[in-house]
Amino acid sequence: MSLILFIEQILNGVQFGVMLFLMAAGLTLIFGVMGLINLAHGSLYMIGAFAAASVAGLTGSFGLALIASLAAAAAAGALIELTVIRRLYDRDHLDQVLATFALILIFSEGTRWAFGSFPLFLEIPPYLSGPVTLPGGIEYPLYRLAIIGVGLLVAAGLFALIARTRIGIQIRAGESDREMIAALGINISALYTTVFALGAALAGLAGALIGAIQSVQVGMGEPVLILAFVVIVIGGIGSIKGALVGALLVGLTDTLGRVLLPAVFSQFMAPQAASSVGASLASMSIYILMAGVLVMRPSGLFGKA
Amino acid sequence: MNLKTLAMAGALGMAACAAQAEVKVGMITTLSGGGAGLGIDVRDGFMLALEQSGRTDIEVIIEDDQRKPDIAVQLADKMIQSDKVDVMTGIIWSNLAMAVVPGAVAQGKFYLSPNAGPSALAGKGCHPNYFNVAWQNDNLHEAAGAYATDINSTNTFVLAPNYPAGQDAVTGFKRTFRGNVVGEVYTQLGQTDYAAEIARIRSSVADTVFFFLPGGMGISFLKQYADSGVKKPLIGPAFSFDQGILQAVGDAALGVKNTSQWNKDIDNPTNAAFVASFQEKYGRLPSLYASQGFDTANLLISAVESADVNDPDAFRAALEAADFKSTRGDFAFGNNHHPIQNIYVREVIKEGDVYTNKIVGTALENHADAYAPECRM
Repeated sequence: MSLILFIEQILNGVQFGVMLFLMAAGLTLIFGVMGLINLAHGSLYMIGAFAAASVAGLTGSFGLALIASLAAAAAAGALIELTVIRRLYDRDHLDQVLATFALILIFSEGTRWAFGSFPLFLEIPPYLSGPVTLPGGIEYPLYRLAIIGVGLLVAAGLFALIARTRIGIQIRAGESDREMIAALGINISALYTTVFALGAALAGLAGALIGAIQSVQVGMGEPVLILAFVVIVIGGIGSIKGALVGALLVGLTDTLGRVLLPAVFSQFMAPQAASSVGASLASMSIYILMAGVLVMRPSGLFGKA
Repeated sequence: MNLKTLAMAGALGMAACAAQAEVKVGMITTLSGGGAGLGIDVRDGFMLALEQSGRTDIEVIIEDDQRKPDIAVQLADKMIQSDKVDVMTGIIWSNLAMAVVPGAVAQGKFYLSPNAGPSALAGKGCHPNYFNVAWQNDNLHEAAGAYATDINSTNTFVLAPNYPAGQDAVTGFKRTFRGNVVGEVYTQLGQTDYAAEIARIRSSVADTVFFFLPGGMGISFLKQYADSGVKKPLIGPAFSFDQGILQAVGDAALGVKNTSQWNKDIDNPTNAAFVASFQEKYGRLPSLYASQGFDTANLLISAVESADVNDPDAFRAALEAADFKSTRGDFAFGNNHHPIQNIYVREVIKEGDVYTNKIVGTALENHADAYAPECRM
């Protein structure tokens, strides 16, 4: 494999990882602060994509579409926090899984009822479409570079929010001792709603960004949700830094596994068998990575023991 | 009214129903979840044909399999045992068809497939009561291989999901392609990001790319391929270019060649009337799936007109005769009850604001599937 192809694949892995980070950051924040397993996070991703596709269809503006995705997902997040999730904090994880799974079904069928069964159209804006030539003669789609940029900006913003702002202090305090910050006079239910809406908005943004290069359809969030759970388990539940590192690891492992494993097997197998075996093993690679990380560090890379 | 008269009234009512509906059809299809667009099109095409026939003696029970084999099997058991259907139809996906069809035909029901055509049911596993009105799974891929050969492609790159229908697709393509396959990639079923695969296509020596990625996978691939700036021509079966998908792909699909047994511009009166009436009733253009549902219903109606469903031999002969006006023009079954038909090359075009297909050539004429000789019935 040529060096140029290898670098291009690394960029692909980073881009995939950054997108996973947007999903995983919200998931890990919600789990870290409230101890809640939110299976409906994938539905918020879908809501972001559908909101973006509708607004882009009406106005033709991709910027407005992104704002709409943030607003719609945050509003949906706040709404389900106030009506459903709030009742689940004291329950055990099984009840939370059951209730948020019900939310997936409600959102999926609700979206189908509102938008129909056929996929929606969302396009890369003209100023971001097409490939650019990077130093070294690598041709790479500009839009994917933009996703990497947006993802890294969001990561930097989240670190600043958590390390430097008042609400960040409250989030960190909530992670370590929920009862105590309530006793100190912090309005804990407002904090929970805010964190939930923030996590939802990030998922919605991811949905809108990815919707432009994939298909905007009912059920698009669930495959990403599974990967996002893998990411936060690898990174350590509740840790934003862990989510970033875990997401990049998963993105790179998945992409390079898909490329390298079939090539490795073709050294000593027939081409068709090699690509089939390599593809099967590549789809397992991130789970093998997760198992390996958990053997070495049972609470994840950056998790609290 | 006491209990006895109530029971009598009920029995009378049931008798009246039974007299009214002479043929009961059980339709199991996908109406929710990711693949719902296909099932909805088949159902709408089927019901449109029934409505146009004006017949009241055909009753259709429609159930949603959610694309899950276990649910499809439960629905089939219920339809056969408690609804007592005579004919079954509707299944979209080959893995669901494999779970339902062998059991249904073994219990003496007729099964008319409006879509799935797995090779296992076309060769040694063929059955006198199983009819496929659409195609055998390999057919459209064989046509793609023939087309790639026709345009003198010498090196091609093939891409398909890593599951049985994906491997069948590559097998079908290779059966008719005379050039070299320089890259063969199997992706995960349901994969949505193809950046790694597109990078390999860019660096390969291929002059064409054959891909089979049905539904949302195809939408993702086409958008990403167009944005990557790779200019190698794409060839694929119609499944990634049906009317339901094209609007979500947009300009990225323009000019791509794909192979299909049907298109809305096939020139015959039945097809013209079908396209116009479908558009009028449902407010959208029909897809190939809708045409398959429409043809399936018309085949059934033609058999009901000439034979009694309670006489299986006569009814089977009436189905084999296929004496109905198909949207594809002349229609005939081969010895294994799969169609013998032309498969066309289409190009994606834009008509006004709507993306659709136009026939630009014929890839295979009067094509039968490769498994027919293995069928003994």
